[in-house]
This record gives sequence, C-alpha cells and structure tokens, in this order.
Amino acid sequence: MFDKEKLGQIKESAEAFQAKHQKSIEKRPERKQTFETGSGAEVNVLYTPADIPEFDYMEDLGMPGSYPYTRGVQTNMYRGRFWTMRMYAGFATAEESNKRYKYLIEQGSMGLSVAFDLPTQIGYDSDHALAEGEVGKVGVAIDSLADMEILFDGIPLDKVSTSMTINAPASVLLAMYIAVAEKQGVSSDQLRGTIQNDILKEYIARGTYIFPTEPSMRLITNIFEYCSKHVPQWNTISISGYHIREAGSTAAQEVGFTLADGIAYVDAAIKAGLDVDVFAPRLSFFFNAHNDILEEVAKYRAARRLWARIMKERFGAKDPKSMALKFHTQTGGSTLTAQQPENNIVRVAIQTLAAVLGGTQSLHTNSKDEALALPTEDSVRVALRTQQIVAYESGAADTVDPLAGSYYIEAKTNQIEKEAMEYIKKIDEIGGAPKAIDAGYIQQEIMDAAYNYQKDIEAGKRIIVGMNKFQIKEEAPKGLLKVDPSVGELQKNKLAELRAKRDNALVQSKLEALKAACSTDANLMPFILDAVRAYATLGEICGVMREVFGEYQQSVQL
Amino acid sequence: MDRPIRVLVAKPGLDGHDRGAKVIARALRDAGMEVIYTGLRQTPEQIVNATIQEDVDVVAMSILSGAHNTLLPKVVELLKAEKADDVLVIGGGVIPDDDIPFLKEKGIAEIFTPGTPTSVTIDFIRANIKRK
Repeated sequence: MFDKEKLGQIKESAEAFQAKHQKSIEKRPERKQTFETGSGAEVNVLYTPADIPEFDYMEDLGMPGSYPYTRGVQTNMYRGRFWTMRMYAGFATAEESNKRYKYLIEQGSMGLSVAFDLPTQIGYDSDHALAEGEVGKVGVAIDSLADMEILFDGIPLDKVSTSMTINAPASVLLAMYIAVAEKQGVSSDQLRGTIQNDILKEYIARGTYIFPTEPSMRLITNIFEYCSKHVPQWNTISISGYHIREAGSTAAQEVGFTLADGIAYVDAAIKAGLDVDVFAPRLSFFFNAHNDILEEVAKYRAARRLWARIMKERFGAKDPKSMALKFHTQTGGSTLTAQQPENNIVRVAIQTLAAVLGGTQSLHTNSKDEALALPTEDSVRVALRTQQIVAYESGAADTVDPLAGSYYIEAKTNQIEKEAMEYIKKIDEIGGAPKAIDAGYIQQEIMDAAYNYQKDIEAGKRIIVGMNKFQIKEEAPKGLLKVDPSVGELQKNKLAELRAKRDNALVQSKLEALKAACSTDANLMPFILDAVRAYATLGEICGVMREVFGEYQQSVQL
Repeated sequence: MDRPIRVLVAKPGLDGHDRGAKVIARALRDAGMEVIYTGLRQTPEQIVNATIQEDVDVVAMSILSGAHNTLLPKVVELLKAEKADDVLVIGGGVIPDDDIPFLKEKGIAEIFTPGTPTSVTIDFIRANIKRK
C-alpha cells in the first residue's frame, strides 16, 4: 500500500519525532511512565504508516460485505437498517416478564432477549431443593411449555426475533419455543432468533453447565443439524466472548478464546458428518464492549478478519456466509460501578459507540443500576435511549467502518489478531478448546489477567471514576428492583397443578423414549420436542439426560 | 497466633460469577492466609462440611445470584448446629444495601459490595477473627 521510498521517509521522520519526544518528556514528564489500553497493552504516543508497514488494503480490509469482512459483514451496514436494539430482560414469573417484553416492544426495542433464572439455566424445576431462593431472581422461571406459552402470550413469533440466553438445556428451551409457535399457527421455518448454546464458555467462565463435554457437544451438533432442516432462520449458537471478558480477560484473549471455542464447534459438527457450509452460516458470536473505545473497535475488526481466514483456510468453507462473523454485543457489566451509579450511563454510551463503530449486528445496553440489582423499568429505558441517541443523533451509523485507515486502529487490529492467533495456536497444541479447558489453561490465563487488573486498581495505577478517585459520600441508592420472594411458591404451585392435570402416562412414555435415544446416535431434538409437547418439565427432561450422561465436574483452581 | 489464618472461600447459590471469589482468594493468599476455594454451586451443607473438615477460621462467601437472604443465614444456622460458630462468616457480591442489616442480624459479620478494595476485606478479617 505504501510506496517503499515514501515509507522509508516516514520511518526516518517517525524516528526523529521519537527522539524529539524523548527529549521533551525528560523536561516535562508525561502523566504516566507507560500508557496502557483497558487490557493492559502498551500504547505509543503516535502511530504512523511505519506501524503498519505491510498494510495491504485489499488483503487486510477489502470492502464491507466481502472477505475478509474486516470492515463489516454487510455492504452498507446501518444505512440499510440500524443494529437490532435488543434488551436482555426477564425476571420473576412468565407473566411479569411478558409485561416487560410488551413494554420494551412499545418503547422501540426491535428484538426480544430472554433472561432465564438460574434453576432454568441449570435444568432444575422450581421445586428442586437447589432452586431454593433462586427462582425468578436473575431471570424468568420456566418449568414447562405452560410457562413458555404465558411468556410469549400476545407476541407473534413470526414477527419478532428472540434471543434466548440458554446453554446447557438450550435444546429444551428451543423445543418449547417451537411448540409455542405451533400453537400460534407459526411454522418453525418462520422463526427467527438465537440460542446461546455455547457450553464451552460455561465451563470457562459463566458456570451454568450440566453435562460433561462430550454429550454437551453432541446436543449442540444435534441442534445444528435439526435447525438446518427445520428452523433454517435460527442462529443455532452464539459463541460468546462476553463472559470470558467479564471474568477478567483482555481484549485479545476474548477474541482468541472465543474463536478457539468456535473452532471446536465447527470441528465437532464436521466430525458428526455435517457440511461446513450448511451449518456455518448460522453460527453467530457475542462480544463485550468495554470503555477503551479504540481497542474495542480494533477487537471487533480483528475478530471478523481472523474468523473469515479460519473458515476459509482451516475449514475450506466456500459459502461467503460461512466466513462472515456476525455478532451481538453487550456493554460491559463489570465496568459498572456501585458508586455514583449515574456515571454508568456515560460508560454505557461510550461502550455503545464502540460497538457501533465496530459494526455490531445487535446490542444490549446495560442499565446504570446493574452493579446493585436487576434494572428498573426507568433505568432500562435510559439504556435503550442511549442506543437510540447513538443511532439517530451521533452520525456514527451513517458511513461504514469510519475508523478504518487510522494508523492506530489498523495497528491495533493487527496486534489483536496476532495475539489471538497465538492463543489459538497454543490451544491447538493442547488439543483444542475442550482439552485446554479441562487442563485449566484458559481459566488460568483469564484469572491472571483479572487479578492484575484488580491490583492495578488498588494501586491506583488504573483509575475508575467515582470508585478509586473522585469519590463522594453517598446515600444508599433508592428504588432498586426487588423480585417478590413469593415467586418460588407461585412456581411450585403452578408445577403441582401441571403435574396433576397433564397426561402423566404420555409424559412417562416420551421421557423413556428420550432416555433410550440418549444411548444411541440419534438426533435428540425430535425426542425432546415430543416430551415438551406432552408438558414434561424442564427438570424431568434434563433429569433423564443427567441419568444417561452424568454431570460435568468443574476443575477448581486458583 | 502461630499458624496462618485459614479461609474457606465459598460460592453458595447457582450463579457462576466466580471472578470476585477467585480474586479475593488470591488476594487473601498473597496477604499470607491459607485459602481453600470450594468452586461453584455449593449448598449450605457442603460449605459447612468443608468449614469443619478444613478447620478454617473464616468462611468468605461470594454470591451474585440474588439468593443471599436464603442461603447465607442458612450457613450460619448450620454452623451453630455443628458448634462451629466461632468461625468468622463474611459475604460479598451484588447484595443490595437494604438487605445488609438483615444479613448482619442473622450472623454474617460483614458484607462487602462491588468496588471494595481487597485490602479492606483483609484488614477486616485480621481485626475480627475469633481465635480458636
């Protein structure tokens, strides 16, 4: 891209600049000895073409909507339509959450995003001993198809797209969604949405695993296969770096570990006999947005380019859709402070801009009170308005990948790609992501980064406004959302009623059929769907699979 | 005062947010304490068993699931039943200020909310430990 002679001149000039700069800081020292990104990578005083000497526009960037997709996966990005403003919500009962969804749709939310409570995410019914105190707390409690029918009551499933944050029991919740649609007269090929369905990052960082690795990977490939035939518009997995970052990773680790997980899923599906170009177009990703806006933009660009190269070169994908990395973004929960929570609105605005400048396909913005509790309706509205302000007022959505060509952004994109590739190489040497997780390698790397971050904060090396600088004396915040503690009892009663009312012989036979199928090579989706239709509960279905598959044992280390 | 302070860092409840638990565990270890970390999804019974078996001076529980009002008091109750209530019990996580008086009344000595420097927790343990 750069003329050799001119590049030589720039290098000379940049070196002269450096000498001058060194001299000047001897007299007037800078604010810090070294400057670092949010992830702790060193930042230079200035970037010039000398920092990207090999830069090749067509090779490294190309055009938006074309390989290697560095500049984005669509040709005109947000000029066609904005990203999907998708607010993650759900709490208490299906009735309460249904009200919140209808409110969000009225307020301009474009897609639903369902948060399930922890017992649901771990495959326990609300009346299980381990569910005590947890029912309806961090999301909605779903025990059976009956709850799911209430959750989507009055919401036409052929019109909305729904994202469900569900992993270990993703197959069961997807089956429930399909069954609700059937009752609305909507066929499964009209359904649009996403299930998270990413078990590897549960083992790494998020913790809602149930089954051991092998049967978990089988369930995932069963879903890939089933959806490619029956739910073709569904995103069958959302390979998530979000939680890896929340656990304390750096930006480059977020990309490296997430794409390593992606490689494991593609490997597993190919091993199960699926054609890469059949399932790969339905893979999607999920990244975090932290405050270091330039590093984050570079991260999204690096992830797109690296995934495109992996799909083409490593897996021999032919369909361009298999190479285009689509992703959802959520602003960084761990960046929010419990102190002076109003300041979080500003953090979320910066993170929103990062996600938009980085070319996200959909976005959830956190609410200011999330370091304290689940968000109230008012604070969720401000978070949604933040996206709308960036969309309609900032101008950032009107041209594609506007930061491309910045020497810093391009150098940073290269650096993150390189670092992420090194992690992938290391994981390959260990034998792939599942083995690297079993060995605790990935968790250890993240933990080291998290601990360093904490130490930097406590040493005052890293400033968090309102937390370790500019503190004020504060009153305890008022008006936080409280989940009614009677939700647990309510769900238990609903379950008892359901168990009395349904055809229990039918349920039993469907559960036995599922159990038998677990020990064969059959695709489990049709069996799960049958059990769901008969109103078998989530806990019963997962219980049957627990019996056959066993449970994952976490490797505990510090 | 010869042996180092022994701490059980435990994760009651079903949530998988163990960043805080692991960071505090490392910080306590770096401060010279002996730390045992339980891993995720520990029932109150499991936490109490580990407390007794490991003969710890402190149980530090991290919870972000919202089930703190149910689970933390239960640990204290079970410790009492096992006559192990000389153990210092503390908690941390996303716990609303409104719930803290209730938890203290139930015998949790202190609750550390987001943004607390690890040094504050370390100092609290040193100042409040009930020596056996």
